[in-house]
Amino acid sequence: MPFPTDDILLPERFRGRPVIRASSAGGSRAELDLGACLFSPEEADEYTHDYRLASSTRGGLVSATGGGEIELASALDERMRKLLGRSLRLRSVVAGSCGGCEAELIAGSNVVFDLARFGVQFVASPRHADGIVITGTVNVNMRAALERTYAAVADPRIVIAVGACALSGGPFVGSDESGEGVPSTVPVDLWIAGCPPHPLTILDGLLRLLGRITSGQRRALTANV
Amino acid sequence: MTERPLSRSPAQPFARLANRRAVRLADVPTLTIEALSDALSVAVADGWRIVSLFGAPEDAASLRVIAVVADDERGKLGASSAIVGERYPALAIECEQAAAFEREMAEQCGVTPSGHPRLKPLRRHPPDHRPSGWPSLSTSTFSRDDYPFDRFHSDEVHEVAVGPVHAGIIEPGHFRFQAHGEEILLLEIMLGYQHRGVERLLETCDGTRAVLVAESIAGDSVIAHASAYCGALEALARSHKSARAQSIRGIALELERLANHVGDLGALANDVAYQPASAFFGRLRGECLNMLMTLSGNRYGRGLIRPGGVTFDVPLAMTRELDGRIRGLERELRPVAELFFGAASVQSRLEGVGVVPREACITHGFVGPVARACEVHRDVRHDHPYGVYRYAQIPVATAWAGDVYARALIRWVEIQRSLEFVREQLGTLPAGSVRVPFGSLASSELVIAMEEGWRGEVVHAVLTDATGRIRRHKVTDPSFRNWTALALAMPGNQISDFPLCNKSFNLSYAGHDL
Repeated sequence: MPFPTDDILLPERFRGRPVIRASSAGGSRAELDLGACLFSPEEADEYTHDYRLASSTRGGLVSATGGGEIELASALDERMRKLLGRSLRLRSVVAGSCGGCEAELIAGSNVVFDLARFGVQFVASPRHADGIVITGTVNVNMRAALERTYAAVADPRIVIAVGACALSGGPFVGSDESGEGVPSTVPVDLWIAGCPPHPLTILDGLLRLLGRITSGQRRALTANV
Repeated sequence: MTERPLSRSPAQPFARLANRRAVRLADVPTLTIEALSDALSVAVADGWRIVSLFGAPEDAASLRVIAVVADDERGKLGASSAIVGERYPALAIECEQAAAFEREMAEQCGVTPSGHPRLKPLRRHPPDHRPSGWPSLSTSTFSRDDYPFDRFHSDEVHEVAVGPVHAGIIEPGHFRFQAHGEEILLLEIMLGYQHRGVERLLETCDGTRAVLVAESIAGDSVIAHASAYCGALEALARSHKSARAQSIRGIALELERLANHVGDLGALANDVAYQPASAFFGRLRGECLNMLMTLSGNRYGRGLIRPGGVTFDVPLAMTRELDGRIRGLERELRPVAELFFGAASVQSRLEGVGVVPREACITHGFVGPVARACEVHRDVRHDHPYGVYRYAQIPVATAWAGDVYARALIRWVEIQRSLEFVREQLGTLPAGSVRVPFGSLASSELVIAMEEGWRGEVVHAVLTDATGRIRRHKVTDPSFRNWTALALAMPGNQISDFPLCNKSFNLSYAGHDL
């Protein structure tokens, strides 16, 4: 499918950016953290079709009004864009996930979403990579492996956190064995919300990071991708 | 081995129960561990198999071991139990099927099954279901890092270690090969990297949170785990969901099976470098996920299954739309499958590779397409029918060779039957509401909810305490049973064929690690 385009067709029930109405938050302004949202029908009053859910900062995903407005990701600086803007090689590190985000990352490389046309590819070694993509809560049993993989990527490098688990611990918050997302020892350049994020959400986030999408209010129509 | 009398029916030591029908814990026999061991051995020799075996703290000083067995041919389930102290004679000495479960129980409950043939860590975490009065473990008995790998001692044998971070977008696991040249002598699989403490969360979170945890046990089996989770709770709450809700759950489960089976055929095509089928199947997998999204708002069906029914109805216009898309899918899949299965170069890469012997399926209790590819008739939808499957039967698909080809073929046969099932259900959706109120759980009861997910049997066993709170929630993903099958299938194969074999099983790391 062509991307980016204004003609993204998503089914009626698709749950994109959530909205909490002031009335259901007791009249006060409701804070809504998209990084912790699992996008379940119970969590919000309403879900829009807006699939753009990636930000450059973790705080950028917190909407103070409950309206779900977030700070969409901005592009890397000029030097990094020159290095990575047309060819980005990423290494996937899965650390305490359910496997859902990985399935959508894989889908991102299929013939429909085709990340490769933008020069983005997943590679087999951290030595071949410009950065890592982290999914999962960064649980106890994977913390060391994540830190070692990150250390094995040569500078300059970027880090992309994908999915509610990597952003906040997701549904597993409260377990001793699980983590609460990417630890502060690994600085993140792009946070992509969702449980799991739709491949379009991932695509949108990556292209914003690379400076291929700079703004735009994309409307989502009702139908099928 | 001593001679034991064989009884045709082990009814005495086991309380009868059924899929999603709770029994009072007081009606489950409490045997001595020796008697439980005897009962299991007799039952297994008689064709029963272990569906679940787990520990729940009984009091500060002892553990209740609960065993659930199934006779698939006659559609029967039985439960029994024993109270043990910190150490007891391992059930695995007499009953191989108990081995993996006891390894899990030793780690979760801090109990020692003496004489266990392969007592190693499983997920490498400290016990989280240990009787409170047992002395704390010394550091020497638990380590996340020191795993006792099996080794060949020979100058000609070399070792290949892979993972936990893999070459593609793959969940973490560690594979240790002992090889002679290119030939694999031994594969040992060390897991636990995805361990998140799921069972403890299911036992302690409130209901609205817990169902989200259940949906996240294995991200490609959202419907199977959520349905088994809700099925267990609904049985305990005596909640009778409508025929319409049951039918919608069935449609969702088969769409999940379609997405994964189609995706697996694409992945197998990719691993034998047959690009046209890989690209086509990959796109058609997306179409299955998109149908789930039309139904539930999420490509994996999250948000659909809730205690008491489903959150979304299927209006008439949607049944027509989905019916048209299912027909379209059917039309597109057939020529790709014919291309794939008909290519001699594909056949020669899949046949005779990664063979699982039929006896191993029986001995270890493998489930799902892995067992059915060895002509072991095992399918919860058929053997222990529940929900919509009591009215709409899907024939069990089997093959006999037990190799990669047979596992691929099972998927293709099941794809066709699921397509047929979904179309039939869309055409005959019963009337009614889709969700009924959900009350409190019965106290001191045990329930087993089994679901035939696309990988095989998903089991949720739930035990409530005297106040009706969840005392123990045991999850068994089919991957827990079948990782052993992959390890058994590899010796004699080439290391370079491992990715292909692995793909033909496509087991869940998250589902195993919990």
